[in-house]
Amino acid sequence: MSKALLYDATMCIGCKQCESACARQNNLPYDDKVAAESVQSAHKYTVVMTKDDKFMRRLCMHCEHPACASACPVGAFHKTKEGPVVYDVWKCIGCRYCMVACAFNQPKYEWGSLNPRVRKCIMCPDRVAAGKQTACAEICPTGATKFGDRDDLIREAQDRIRQNPTTYLPRIYGLNEVGGTCVLILSSVKAEEYGYPASEKIGDTPIPEYTGRVMSKIPDFIPVWSLVLGGIYWISHRRSEVAAAEAAETAQERDKKNGRAQ
Amino acid sequence: MKMKLTFWKVVFIVIMGLGLYSTFIRYFYGLGAVSNMTDQFPWGFWIGFDCLCGVMLAAGGFCVIGAVYLFNVKRLHSVVRPAVLTAFLGYLLFIVGLLFDLGRPWFIWHQLIYMNPHSVMFEVGMCVMTYTTVLFFEFLPNVFERFNLKAPIKWIKKIYPVLVVLSILLSTLHQSSLGSLYLIMPSKLHPFWYSSALPFLFFGSAIAVGLAMTIFESTQSAKALGRHLELPVLIELGGALLVALWVNALLRFEDYFHRGILRQIFKPSYEAYFLWLELALAFVIPITLLSFKKVRLSPNGLYLASVICLLGFITNRLNVSLIGFETYVGHHYMPKWTEFSVTLMIIAMGFALFGVAVKYLPIFPPTSPEEKSAVARSRQFETEPVAGAEVLTNAGD
Repeated sequence: MSKALLYDATMCIGCKQCESACARQNNLPYDDKVAAESVQSAHKYTVVMTKDDKFMRRLCMHCEHPACASACPVGAFHKTKEGPVVYDVWKCIGCRYCMVACAFNQPKYEWGSLNPRVRKCIMCPDRVAAGKQTACAEICPTGATKFGDRDDLIREAQDRIRQNPTTYLPRIYGLNEVGGTCVLILSSVKAEEYGYPASEKIGDTPIPEYTGRVMSKIPDFIPVWSLVLGGIYWISHRRSEVAAAEAAETAQERDKKNGRAQ
Repeated sequence: MKMKLTFWKVVFIVIMGLGLYSTFIRYFYGLGAVSNMTDQFPWGFWIGFDCLCGVMLAAGGFCVIGAVYLFNVKRLHSVVRPAVLTAFLGYLLFIVGLLFDLGRPWFIWHQLIYMNPHSVMFEVGMCVMTYTTVLFFEFLPNVFERFNLKAPIKWIKKIYPVLVVLSILLSTLHQSSLGSLYLIMPSKLHPFWYSSALPFLFFGSAIAVGLAMTIFESTQSAKALGRHLELPVLIELGGALLVALWVNALLRFEDYFHRGILRQIFKPSYEAYFLWLELALAFVIPITLLSFKKVRLSPNGLYLASVICLLGFITNRLNVSLIGFETYVGHHYMPKWTEFSVTLMIIAMGFALFGVAVKYLPIFPPTSPEEKSAVARSRQFETEPVAGAEVLTNAGD
């Protein structure tokens, strides 16, 4: 069963302990300067944003059907059976198609490096595989970020909305967006106000389907089109062969006639 | 041998010098230092121009190969060799461009061992790799002929039907796939350019551009090498170009019509200005020009129409890859001068290699000495023709 994170923005106190725990877990630098940065980057996988004393966290959504994994020409991304979408730096050639493909703009790049890597939250795959929760969920003092089975978390989120309909917006961001994600968001303010893409804009269709519709036709297209092209080649050349043969024949006959006449 | 420094040679040296400086910055300080690409704009001018436009402009090879060998239109035979040469160089330079743009170009061979068949990028990569090999074989007879090797030419002739079919097949696949690449960004690319018909639009425009490019390069090399223009061939290509442009224009119209955004196109907006520019250059002006018989029968008219049409489709590719994302990202992307200078260097290399190839290889049928001197006399004032041709196009880009 797929694991997931439920982030409840109404419970978040903006302490940014998830940020520092994430940095520790992934060997990234973290100090007051990094803490003050309000955008994600190659050295900041997750960020807690503040707006009118309300908070919102951003991190890789770990899509059920990840666009990055379908886009990558060398398969450097893949979704593990536990849920995390992980990255294999050795395979990566640096084409950055994952970055343009991601509807949530999560993959970031080491623009200053001479051997750059794509960086994003990988949902602590080693911890998750070992049955532990992610570093950010473990450290969260209020339970705003909660780790668990995706189905359980969805049920819990629905309960919370039912019990406090005045607090929450009546939706779970990530439940159906781009076919569902393993990060689910509950909030009193639209996640879109913090830079999340609008649900209606990204839709519920898994992003890989948009290219999959074309790619799935290619195995059939190649033999059919080759045959058509070969056929055209054969016909057009056969025609000129026949024309040449006919011309030679008429010339021969004419010669014969001329010979008889003489 | 004494080198005479002319204006165009100086320009060439300056372009190469600046390009080498940018190359140094690219490989010693990284992509961030050499370009204005950011996490918000991970694909910049190199993808937009070097890759999308580069591959599009090299489409002449498969168009001419298709016409002459597939459909057996023997009248166009004289443009096969220059078109194949242009395509071969185009793809080689596209790969050079990739080596700049890829973050880890030394792992480009991973494409061959870690395959992801779901990825459009994978398909483009494989097709470009195999097609460049096919073009290499199609180019080889020039070299064999130069050194009077009869046997290998026979071998190539034997496999030529296979090469022809492969050329068209692979070109169909990757020219359209460059459009499919953008299918994965429905929420990011502006609706003027995002369409599920993108693969068809890209393939259709590649054919138009292939024809226009063949007219352009034939005229240009005739000027540069002091050869007589083969006007009947150009006129035939011009007619085909007019048809191809009409088909493309119809496709575009149908696409906008079915998506119900025809009205939106005429409303002034940042994107609309670029769309108007694109449509005017790619369709309105060249179709109008080519509709006049006088233009269609004159070398200058054909040349002008082709150049405008090329500029139009270059605008199209840049709109798809750069302009179409600006509203989504929320800020403009302007390439750094070092990005331009790398591209300019690659283009200059292309022209230089083309010049060298036509000088030493039998790309064009040999001209008789009388004809050559006659043309030379009429063109007394045009010195350094090859470099001149080069700067002309650079200015166009």
